Amino acid sequence: MKQPILRIEDLSVRYPVYKGFLQRQVAQIKAVEKVTLTLKRGEAFGLVGESGCGKTTLARTVLRLVNATEGSIWFEGENITNLDGAALAPYRKRVAAVFQDPFSSLNPRMRAGNIIAEVLGVHGFEGDAKCRVIELFDLCGLSERFFDLYPHQMSGGQRQRVGIARALAIEPDLIVCDEAVSALDVSIQAQIINLLEELRVRLNLTYLFIGHDLSIVRHLCDRVAVMYLGRVVEVANSEELFSKPQHPYTRALIEAVPNPDPKSEVTREFVALNGEVPSPLNPPTGCVFHPRCPIAINKCCSLEPTITNSQSGHDVACHAFTLLPKDEK
Amino acid sequence: MERPLLEISNLSIVHSAEGVETTLVDDLSYSVFPGETLAIVGESGSGKSLSSLAIMGLLSHELRITEGSMNFEGVDLLTLPDEEMRQRRGRDVSMVFQEPMTSLNPVRNIGSQITESIQENLGLSRTEARNRAIDLLKEVGVADADRRMRQYPHHFSGGMRQRVMIAIALAAEPKLIVADEPTTALDVTIQAQILDLMARVCADHGAALILITHNLGIVARYANRVNVMYAGRIVETGTAEDIYYRPRHHYTKGLLSSIPRLDQSREHLLRPIWGNPADPFVPISGCRFHPRCPALHPKCKSERPLFSDQLACHFPLLIKEKVEC
Repeated sequence: MKQPILRIEDLSVRYPVYKGFLQRQVAQIKAVEKVTLTLKRGEAFGLVGESGCGKTTLARTVLRLVNATEGSIWFEGENITNLDGAALAPYRKRVAAVFQDPFSSLNPRMRAGNIIAEVLGVHGFEGDAKCRVIELFDLCGLSERFFDLYPHQMSGGQRQRVGIARALAIEPDLIVCDEAVSALDVSIQAQIINLLEELRVRLNLTYLFIGHDLSIVRHLCDRVAVMYLGRVVEVANSEELFSKPQHPYTRALIEAVPNPDPKSEVTREFVALNGEVPSPLNPPTGCVFHPRCPIAINKCCSLEPTITNSQSGHDVACHAFTLLPKDEK
Repeated sequence: MERPLLEISNLSIVHSAEGVETTLVDDLSYSVFPGETLAIVGESGSGKSLSSLAIMGLLSHELRITEGSMNFEGVDLLTLPDEEMRQRRGRDVSMVFQEPMTSLNPVRNIGSQITESIQENLGLSRTEARNRAIDLLKEVGVADADRRMRQYPHHFSGGMRQRVMIAIALAAEPKLIVADEPTTALDVTIQAQILDLMARVCADHGAALILITHNLGIVARYANRVNVMYAGRIVETGTAEDIYYRPRHHYTKGLLSSIPRLDQSREHLLRPIWGNPADPFVPISGCRFHPRCPALHPKCKSERPLFSDQLACHFPLLIKEKVEC
C-alpha cells in the first residue's frame, strides 16, 4: 500500500481553563479527543460536524497553528507533531490553508499581487515573481488586472480566488480548506467548488476540507469523517456515508438538511434531534452522544465506544448501531 | 380570492449619501395572504432584507422610501405617524432576526424582554404578563421556563436565544411574522428544530410568515410561495413547485443548478451562474441580470423587462421541462 500523505494518530488537543487570581488551571476543554485519520494522496477528505465539534481545532493542529496535547501527526512518514523553528519550514512549504472569510484573511492594506508575491518571497522563490503571480491568478480564474487591486475592491468570490491563489503559491501537496465556501453567495459558491475540484485534479492536490454544509462536502469529497464533541464518530466513503449512514448522529445530521425539492420535502417526515451539543468542558460519560441518541442502550451511558477498524473503510464508533433496522435509509 | 393581509405596491427604497442616490429596492410589489408562508430568496445585496425592514418601519436614516404603498389590512403603513407605527410593531407585525445575540438586550433578563412586549401590546398586569411569558417559553421549547426567565441572553445557547426571539415575536399574537435568515447562524440540527417550531407556532396562531433566506432547501420545505429577488427587483414569483420544477427566469434556473444536493451523487455537475452578484451601487441598464445571463439579447441591455405574469424577463425559459420532473 502506498504511504498515506497525512496520518493523524490518537490525536488529542485540550485547552486549559485558568481561573482566579493565581490563574490556576481548573479544567480542560477537550477540543479533540483521540482522533485517528488517514489521508491518501490526491483525495479530498471531508470533516463535518456542528460548531464546537473540534473540526477547526483539528485542522489548525494539522497546520501546526495549535499544538497537540497527545498523539502524533505524520506527514509522508515524518512525525511533524513536535517540530519547530527551522525544522518545521519544509513542512510549511508543503501544506497550505484556505480560510473561511477571505476578507479577514487577506491584508486590507496590500494589493492582491503583493499578497501573493510576499508568500513567494518568504519561501525563497527565485525568478520573476510578478510573472508567477499572474500565472497563479490565471489558474484561479482571475485576470491580470487584479494584481493591483486591494481586497476591498473585489467581491467575495474574487477574494476567495485570491485566497486560493495564495495557497497555491507554495505549490503545496496538502491544502486545508476551513469552511472555504461558507461565506459566499450561492451562485459564487458553485464557482469556487468547481474551481477547487478542477485544481485538485490538475495539480494532484490533497484536500482536508472542513465544512458544515453536508451537501457541499458530499459533492466535493471522496471520504468523509463526522465529528461530534471532539470525537470522530464515523468515517466512510462519501457515497457510502451519505447513502448508508450508520451512526445515529450521522443519520440525524443528514435528515436535518432540507433538499431543494418541494414535493418530497413537504411530505418527508423526520424527528429533529433533541437537545443541543453538550459543553466540551464537561462532556457526558460513556458515549458523548448518548443524551441525544434515539437508540442509546445502557452500555452507552458508561462505556465510551471505540471506532471500528474495518476492511471496508467504513468505520463507526457506536455500541448500538447494529440494532438499527438495516433497510432504513 | 382571499384578500391579502399585506399588499406592497411599487415600493422603492433609495440610499442617499454624499449627494449620491442609489436605488436599492426598485418598484417592488407583492402580497402576503393570511396564514401563508412566503419565502423571499436572493443573494446578498438583492434587497430582500431591506424590503422586510421597511415593513417593520425600521429602515435606517440614510434609507428613504421614495415611492409605493404598504397596505396592511386596509391601512397604508407608510402614511402612519411614528407613534402609531410603534404600536403596530409587535401587535400586527413582528420580526425574528438572524443573530439573536445582537437582537436581544444583553443587560436585561429574558423574562423582562418578553413581558415588555406582552404588557405593551396586550395591556396585561405584571403577573398575568409573567404567566403568559412562561407559557410562551414553554411553547417554544425552553425547558425550566420559570428559572430561565431570570437569566440573561449570554446564559442561552444560539438555538435557545432564537427560541426566545420567537417567543417575543409571538407575544402579542401578530398576524404577520417576518423572519430574516432566522437559522443562518445556527447548526443544521438546531436549524431543523427552529424551523419546525416556527412553522408549527405560525400554524397554531394563524400567523402568516415571510421567510427570508438564501437556502433553497429551507424554502422547498417550508414555503407556499416564493419571491426570487435579484438586484433590488423581484425577477420571478410563484408557488414553490413552479419555482423549483418550472423556473422561467434564467436567474432562478441558474440558482437551482448551482446548488449541490445531498440526495445527488458526486457525479452531478454544478453549473454556476457566471460572474458576480450585482453591486447595488453600480448602475446596470436594462435587465439587471443581463451581464450574467446566458440568454443575453441586445434588448436586455437597453430595455428594462416589466414584471407581468409573475415574471420579469424579455426571453423567459419555455416551460417544456415539465416532463423532466
